[in-house]
Amino acid sequence: MKSLLTGLWVALATTGTAFAEDLKLAVTTSFQNSGLAEVLLPAIKEDTGLEVQLLVVGTGQAIRLGEAGDVDAVLVHSRAAEEAFVAAGHGTHRREIMYNDFVLIGPAGDPAGIKAAATAADALARISDASAAFVSRGDDSGTHKAEKRLWASANVTPAADWYREAGAGMGAALNIAAGMNAYIMSDRASWLNFGNKADLALLFAGDPVLFNQYAFLPVNPKNHPHVNAKGAEVLEGWLTSDRAQGMIDGYQINGETLFTFNATPAAQ
Amino acid sequence: MSDLWEGIRQALWLLVTLDADLVEITLRSLRVTLTALVIACAIALPIGALLSVRRFRARRFTIALLNALMGLPPVVVGLIVYVLLSRSGPFGVFGLIFTPTAMIIAQVIIIVPLIASIAHQALRELWSDYHDLLISLNTTQRQRMAALLWDGRRALLTAALAGFGRAIGEVGAIMIVGGNIDHHTRVLTTAIALETGKGDFAMALGLGFVLILMAIAVNLAIHIIGRTEQEGRW
Repeated sequence: MKSLLTGLWVALATTGTAFAEDLKLAVTTSFQNSGLAEVLLPAIKEDTGLEVQLLVVGTGQAIRLGEAGDVDAVLVHSRAAEEAFVAAGHGTHRREIMYNDFVLIGPAGDPAGIKAAATAADALARISDASAAFVSRGDDSGTHKAEKRLWASANVTPAADWYREAGAGMGAALNIAAGMNAYIMSDRASWLNFGNKADLALLFAGDPVLFNQYAFLPVNPKNHPHVNAKGAEVLEGWLTSDRAQGMIDGYQINGETLFTFNATPAAQ
Repeated sequence: MSDLWEGIRQALWLLVTLDADLVEITLRSLRVTLTALVIACAIALPIGALLSVRRFRARRFTIALLNALMGLPPVVVGLIVYVLLSRSGPFGVFGLIFTPTAMIIAQVIIIVPLIASIAHQALRELWSDYHDLLISLNTTQRQRMAALLWDGRRALLTAALAGFGRAIGEVGAIMIVGGNIDHHTRVLTTAIALETGKGDFAMALGLGFVLILMAIAVNLAIHIIGRTEQEGRW
């Protein structure tokens, strides 16, 4: 099976080299801010001849761009929205590529004491009990949706006096949290790459509910005949290849591995 | 404060080493905005002249509308242009979304009312001087507009520079319609937004200083070419 896949990939890759072309891919800010894109894109260009043009937006906007046919494929991390996207016929299928994890960031002094929390839900409950300032993305992105699920699982309805919805991307929200010295949930990659940490520190991580699955969704050429479906196929082949696995698993910041490759062999 | 110094240092470093990415996005910024400016002037200056020389029923209303649209929120313009140019929008077949052309279209829409309003203000004064002469010479409307536009060229330069200033510093609209794609639609302002998002304030400030320097350089260049301060009247 694996050799078949590799064979398929090589075949796709070689056909890919013949047509040097553009492919528009909507990705989430967390993917871009992690710096992984800067490592993968040149390799993709080298192996397949595809010039991947990234549109860095929140998951909500990425899905909308895919629905409108303004991009050729989408790489996001919000399972429910992705499945709805495929079910509505906007995408041909959903292919899991890799995951990273969310972490809880907060003032180094940790006034709510979430360092000692047993689970992520417990940590959020402690923040709520202490009425400690918490910055939410508030932009309907994958991270925001994951955060809302966590609040629901903690049985907490965040109150307006300490819960601040920024309506901003991950980096901008981290800037706000740094300015307010507030708690925030971030993906690990964005946090490690973030330059303005101020008094913030990583306080809680490791609960499996914080795992963050990225999936690749090609836009359905039946709805939008102009999309570069062939290019999307080539890219999917590359993203699930051994070479991609090596690069994704090998990508580190400050000695920490950020992403874990977990693509399954061909979906169909 | 240390960020500020670090930003100045970054800006100098980027300029001294002629950083390839910086040169690329700066040239793209200039190309997009100058193209938008030329198109906008071609539309707005005749509108300003026409509003000065011609009396018609909706004239007051048109002037008031243009003045109001000077404050057109770029992010709304961006959203409307996005919806129109999107693949599923009415002009989707042209495939313009996320291209520099889409950014130019958005900037043209943003600065046309501004340039037309300022041009009209300037030419209205001139028209009151020229009115009797041009009427007595039995000129056509086209000739009157041409005379105003030529003799008012110094004041119109100000209108154009105001338009340039608004377009070059704009980020809300071009972020939506251009998408800030590296090597494709990334310009100075969207790059600044990106670096801020990464928390790299020094780099963002560095790019900001480059943007300011470029705006000053363009203004000076236009003034020198136009020899504004050397001849007598204007």
